[in-house]
Amino acid sequence: MSKENAVEAVQLTRLFGDFTAVDQVSFEIPRGEIFGLLGPNGAGKTTTIRMLCGILKPTSGEARVMGFDVARHAEDVKQRIGYMSQKFALYNDLTVYENLDFYANLYGVKRETFKPRLTELIDMAGLQGHERQLTADLSGAWRQRLALACAIVHEPPMLFLDEPTAGVDPISRREFWEMIYTLAGQGVSVLATTHYMDEAEFCNVIGMMYNARLIALNDPDSLKEAMEGVLLEVDCDQPGNAESVLQALPEVTDVAAHGVSLHVLVDAETAEPAIRQALVQNGINPRRIERVLPSLEDVFVSLVNKENRLRLRAEIE
Amino acid sequence: MGQGFRRMATIVHKEWLHIIRDPRTLALVIVMPVMMLMLLGYAVANDVEDLPLAVADLSRTDASRTLLEKFSASGFYLVTHVAQNEDEILQLLDAGIVKAGIYIPEDFGRNISTGGVGTVQFYIDGSNPTVAQTAQLAAETVSQATSQQILIQRLERSGAGLTISLPIDTHILYLYNPDMRRMNFIIPGLVAVILQVQTLLLTAFAIVREREQGTFEQLIVTPLRSWELILGKILPFVLVALLNVAMTVGAGALLFGVKVAGSIALLAGLSLVFLLSSLGLGVLISTISRTQMQAIYMASFIMLPSFLLAGFLIPRDNMPLLAYYAGYLLPVTYFLEIVRGIILKGAGLITLWPWIWPMVFFSVVVFILSVLLFRKQIG
Repeated sequence: MSKENAVEAVQLTRLFGDFTAVDQVSFEIPRGEIFGLLGPNGAGKTTTIRMLCGILKPTSGEARVMGFDVARHAEDVKQRIGYMSQKFALYNDLTVYENLDFYANLYGVKRETFKPRLTELIDMAGLQGHERQLTADLSGAWRQRLALACAIVHEPPMLFLDEPTAGVDPISRREFWEMIYTLAGQGVSVLATTHYMDEAEFCNVIGMMYNARLIALNDPDSLKEAMEGVLLEVDCDQPGNAESVLQALPEVTDVAAHGVSLHVLVDAETAEPAIRQALVQNGINPRRIERVLPSLEDVFVSLVNKENRLRLRAEIE
Repeated sequence: MGQGFRRMATIVHKEWLHIIRDPRTLALVIVMPVMMLMLLGYAVANDVEDLPLAVADLSRTDASRTLLEKFSASGFYLVTHVAQNEDEILQLLDAGIVKAGIYIPEDFGRNISTGGVGTVQFYIDGSNPTVAQTAQLAAETVSQATSQQILIQRLERSGAGLTISLPIDTHILYLYNPDMRRMNFIIPGLVAVILQVQTLLLTAFAIVREREQGTFEQLIVTPLRSWELILGKILPFVLVALLNVAMTVGAGALLFGVKVAGSIALLAGLSLVFLLSSLGLGVLISTISRTQMQAIYMASFIMLPSFLLAGFLIPRDNMPLLAYYAGYLLPVTYFLEIVRGIILKGAGLITLWPWIWPMVFFSVVVFILSVLLFRKQIG
């Protein structure tokens, strides 16, 4: 085990009966880095996180967190990680302060540092003056920040966040990620799952999960550069018709709606005239066709389509 | 150990906050025992006394008047209506105004004084079998006693100054519950019921609620160990349960005059042991339920048969054999005998031993198995 890695997952697999929720997933998270686990609902992100936190036992494979084997040294792992679940697991009938106090006591925060630590967390979460408010009365964004404060009450060097921004407004989401950045700056390693592609841009490393498997693993820029082919943005009238017209062209690998325009994946930029011609022939006016840099969403869609094509081919054979 | 104790105490403190802040739990804790006591005390267990009785005495003789006086004096009946004929009695019974009626025909007095048989027609409203049975028994007893008295008078009159007494004189003396009052049977039983129902439900809810709101998973990632969690969860309910036993026993003594004849310390101690089984079943239910709704279904599935089989309302002696022996598998069966023994008979440890050891055994087994299953599930 390398000292620099906060998390090492090796061939991590989890079955639920016949269903494979996580299929031989391997990755490493270097200390102090933010690792983003991306993918649609049901891809296996939450199951992966739950195995790393020791909530679920892996069916096979192994994982080490902060140098400790998750299966054999669960107690050592627990003291060193913070975990924030999708549900913001807080007690609604307890006040803001009581929730923090509860977790601080469970984690055995020392008496000398207890009061200053709780004050510090309340300041960080921007909950000053709301200490005596019942958690049930807090807005989504405040609950989220309180949940984060509870998860890091014992200053864990490793933080697991399972869809930490679900159901929170865009501004609060951005503020939340700034808090995560601050923590990473202090040396905390972070693993966060999300299905917001824009959030993935905040991460140092991204793992893309689809159908229980890790289909890509790299930093955001490398993922974009590694995308095969050229991405053209097509702005036209009748984008609906245009999509089916372009899909039929042999030069086109993929077409996906992107706002009001279309993102068309082609093998080379030389395909542009063919696209323009096909659209005009079908009575569609191509207002603008230009090469664009792929977003993480484009990368993900292209990877998923490639995955599905491979699978289909395998099934046919 | 120091940290372990701190974590357990943290759970206890939090659980306590839940109890005092949740109006539903508070209601379950305070209202339920009082409500059950009142319901069973005033509504269900009404002893048969002063049943409204309609009387039609067409005979109007000394003999008929004596008979009616005996009915009034028995305490079971209260003459509320005087009717003129049989039809009127039937109308009163139909309307539910009286529960029983007695019709003494015109020839009753004459037949008795001439040494014949005086026939009396007695009507009972049989819609409530328990009441009807007692009413019938009382009517038979009263008329037999009156018959004997008349018979003796006749014999004394015919035989030359002989004093006659009946050859067999059976004295019946009820021990422990001299007035045969149903509350004496019900209140000790209520202690068992409250300990079982309330503790079981509260424990099950306390754990299932954490599952529902997702905090259970959060607890698993903390260094909290399963025994710390279980102890922390159940200790507040032990306190609540003991408080309730005290409340029930106290209210039973104050409102219904059912005093504890035996040792209160013994009662408290054995209640604690019995609690283990309820707490265990609560933990068991929480282990197999995902939602509070499921927990309620599971709880009623366990509780209903246990009340029927344990002999809370229906004495076990009258049950079919299968049901009778099934009762021996339930800790509450033994506990019912123990509570009744202590409260009514003032029985001590040695007398109750045949009931105590199986209760201790079953309670400890249920508790340990449930906790092991719970630990296996979260481990």
